[in-house]
Amino acid sequence: MKQINRREFLKTLGLAGAAVTGVSLASCGGKKEEGDFNPNGTDTSEIPTDKMEYRSFPNLGEDKVSLLGYGCMRWPMVPDPNNEGRDIIDQEQVNQLVDYALAHGVNYFDSSPVYCQGQSEKCTGIALARHPRESYYIATKASNFFNSEFDNSVLMYKKSLEYFQTDYIDYYLLHSLGGGGAEAFKARFVNNGLLDYFYKEKQAGHIRHLGFSFHGDEEAWDYLMQLHDEGTYKWDFVQIQMNYVDWENASGRNTNAQYLYSELDKREIPVVIMEPLLGGRLSKLPNHVVARLKQAEPTKSSASWAFRWLGNHPRILTILSGMTYMEHLQDNLRSFCPFKPLNDEEMKFLADTAKIISEYPTIPCNDCKYCMPCPYGLDIPAILTHFNKMVNEGSVPEDAMDPKFKELRKRYLISYDRQVPKVRQASHCVKCGQCEPHCPQQIRIVSELERIDKLVEGMKQGNLGIAPEGSKS
Amino acid sequence: MLRKIRIALAAVFFICITGLFLDITGVWQSIFGWMAKLQFLPAVMGLSIVPILIVLVLTLIMGRFYCSVICPMGVFQDVVAWISRKFKKKNPYSYSKPKTWLRLAVLVLFIILVVTGFNGIAILVAPYSAYGRMVNNLLQPLYIMANNALAGVAAENESYTFWAVDPHLFVAPLLIVAAITFLIIVVLACIGGRTYCNTICPVGTVLGYVAKFSWFKPYIEVSKCKNCMKCSKNCKASAIDIKGGMVIDYTRCVACGNCLEECKFGALHFGHPTAAARIKPEKPAKVTKDTSAEKVDTNLRSMLTTAVVLGASAAIKAQEMKVDGGLAVIEDKKMPVRQTKILPPGAISASNLASKCTGCQLCVSNCPNGVLRPSTDLKTFMQPFSSYENGYCRPECNRCSEVCPAGAIKPISKEEKSSIQVGHAVWQPDNCIVITDGAECGNCARHCPVGAITMVPQDADDQFSPRIPAVNEERCIGCGACENLCPSRPLSAIHVEGHLVHKHI
Repeated sequence: MKQINRREFLKTLGLAGAAVTGVSLASCGGKKEEGDFNPNGTDTSEIPTDKMEYRSFPNLGEDKVSLLGYGCMRWPMVPDPNNEGRDIIDQEQVNQLVDYALAHGVNYFDSSPVYCQGQSEKCTGIALARHPRESYYIATKASNFFNSEFDNSVLMYKKSLEYFQTDYIDYYLLHSLGGGGAEAFKARFVNNGLLDYFYKEKQAGHIRHLGFSFHGDEEAWDYLMQLHDEGTYKWDFVQIQMNYVDWENASGRNTNAQYLYSELDKREIPVVIMEPLLGGRLSKLPNHVVARLKQAEPTKSSASWAFRWLGNHPRILTILSGMTYMEHLQDNLRSFCPFKPLNDEEMKFLADTAKIISEYPTIPCNDCKYCMPCPYGLDIPAILTHFNKMVNEGSVPEDAMDPKFKELRKRYLISYDRQVPKVRQASHCVKCGQCEPHCPQQIRIVSELERIDKLVEGMKQGNLGIAPEGSKS
Repeated sequence: MLRKIRIALAAVFFICITGLFLDITGVWQSIFGWMAKLQFLPAVMGLSIVPILIVLVLTLIMGRFYCSVICPMGVFQDVVAWISRKFKKKNPYSYSKPKTWLRLAVLVLFIILVVTGFNGIAILVAPYSAYGRMVNNLLQPLYIMANNALAGVAAENESYTFWAVDPHLFVAPLLIVAAITFLIIVVLACIGGRTYCNTICPVGTVLGYVAKFSWFKPYIEVSKCKNCMKCSKNCKASAIDIKGGMVIDYTRCVACGNCLEECKFGALHFGHPTAAARIKPEKPAKVTKDTSAEKVDTNLRSMLTTAVVLGASAAIKAQEMKVDGGLAVIEDKKMPVRQTKILPPGAISASNLASKCTGCQLCVSNCPNGVLRPSTDLKTFMQPFSSYENGYCRPECNRCSEVCPAGAIKPISKEEKSSIQVGHAVWQPDNCIVITDGAECGNCARHCPVGAITMVPQDADDQFSPRIPAVNEERCIGCGACENLCPSRPLSAIHVEGHLVHKHI
């Protein structure tokens, strides 16, 4: 990371002062550097408009889907002038991004009623409706987590059609199955007759393909596959979290992607990929890992490795990436226009890299913000991603005897205050646990926050790893 | 020469002491903290023998050197007067009769107020403390704004050189007192130079009468004097009486040395006056002019200008700060009504703090946790007390006890602090989310640095009933971690009641 001393800092002050006067822009979540963008890409060549890789499968009919799909979870946002604590979509930017993506062959747009504080479908719809309906595929979801009553869920579905200004959805997903196992699935979709309704809609042509997205353990997965095998419900496609780290090293209670993918491949079900970069964690890698990738391919970004690795898997229909800025989009397009598969040696190289990454003690937070808003005002993803940033930079002191303790402590505490206002920091967690069921990565948020709070407290008191931590009840 | 040394030393003291009231990091304090400890009135209030002796001995040797160099209020008036002289005709001052009755009356009144416990009013005229209040209320807010703007730029650059701190906490009566003090001092300094020091300031009066007996002092060699009056007209203390017998009023002379350089005839000397000086033969003397003193001042001015420019550009940036999006709105905490005020550890007792504190605001300026603020009660006016809406008295911090020059907050170590009980926590069931929302919480217990809070089932017979905090008042030190981190807003469900006398536990 970049470090500058006081004198250099004062020197660059004039320049920097001018630079920061621009309008600050946030993505869906509010922080600037998020999205699946890797700043390490150095390729500046022109991006061709006719070289996009497309995939099609017999069970999806004539559909030709671009291998890069647009994830609409991280659209650029600006603070709402009329509503403190809320952001609104920067529609102008969204239009530009959508136009550029379509022009370069991206034709799959994946949204949900809950993304971007509930504004994603509408703004994506506005941008897409400016183009012929047959030039793109719409994917959106039944995100009936809070209220899964039939009427409410159908209303959500109808709203989706309205927002996308259309009478059919190409790819409709049951949002985030797996958590809560078979019971939760039945409660949300079966017992209330919702899934039967969706199948009727499919017959009527309002839903072209029906599938689900998944976060959960093997048992929940097997149940869903069993339904398919028995013919109770047939899945046209399935969306899973897959990348070269999750392949064999999935975090928490999540199932290894290798297993999920092979199960789908066996059944010839096309696969949609989410979290190809783990919310940017595979582009913001620790320095020594970046160095490793750069040595192998100096002009390619860290992210391009992840995309090419995925592209090597033939059952994949499309790879979703949430691109907040034009640079994200351009960098990702370079990985697919044209697409160049990895050779065996490179695949092996990435498998080794995945080991290094998975052994790194970061928290698997992808900054998706499903846990938000915390009723007590904590900014959970900001706390966790800040911790990860510090881990990646090697700025987490082990104990107060560490010769670099003072310097690391200063860096950690200052950047913590910068990233998260004091009243939204981990020390304010009351352990209500309302966040945990929403986390698709099954992070034990409460204990992670407590761990970070203890770490910070140890740093502040200067007794990290020496004195017993604050006495407990 | 003497004058140049005096100006250089005064500049050093003035800038460093001002810095003590501005710096939030504690670095300045660790280097220049001793300068505040030399201040006469706080030392007297705190009965600190060493600084008192240093100042008295210094005064007996070379007169009111203290008033010209060490006292920031004295130097501040010199700066104001120097600036105002730029817009005035030459030779702005003239000799005036001493206002002995007024000086003694103010001094006596001051002592009476202190003895009867009305320190809050008495310390309005305390010179160093009045200066501290001006800096704390008028300058530190700007300093913090500039600092935070730099911190914003530093954040953009991933630099950790500057970091943002909480904005200045304005207390209206203090702001008014500081503003009025500032106006009065500026007006007096513009018109009469050291009028404040020689009519109102209790320290000036005391040191003035000590300075009468000082060994070295400026004196007039009568034989060389041409009665040009230049010295008298440039004496900011109006202390040189030429017509009345070529004498200097040493109770008012602040040993600044200006007269020595004004005299074109070499009639003024600094040293031990001899009888020979009073006799009158004639001899012309050579005159040299030196402008280096001016240079010091120009440098000072350019420095201040850059500071102002920096501050202004910084202020523009501060307004562009981005607010968070998609987060629950957090209500600000309100100060609970406390039966007894909380005083910082080291204050020993309410009466100790009240009788010694001169209200300089150095502790308030330095509190890194936003805990200390000045009182607005009549008897303890401008003296500090603690409250925990913005932060709490953190276990690793003993800054206020380190900075206090008056012994109102006695120095304590961090270890000692963990056993000083300044108050105790009181649970307010009506606000507690365990009671109101049936939620699990325990954040107070988790953050208690001394383990004084235990979460116990509300219903003793039901192990699984909601757990409420049970405070062991004997172990509680009153640091306010529980109060500050309580999720209940605007009023916390647990708050600290202060103790009149602090206990070691």
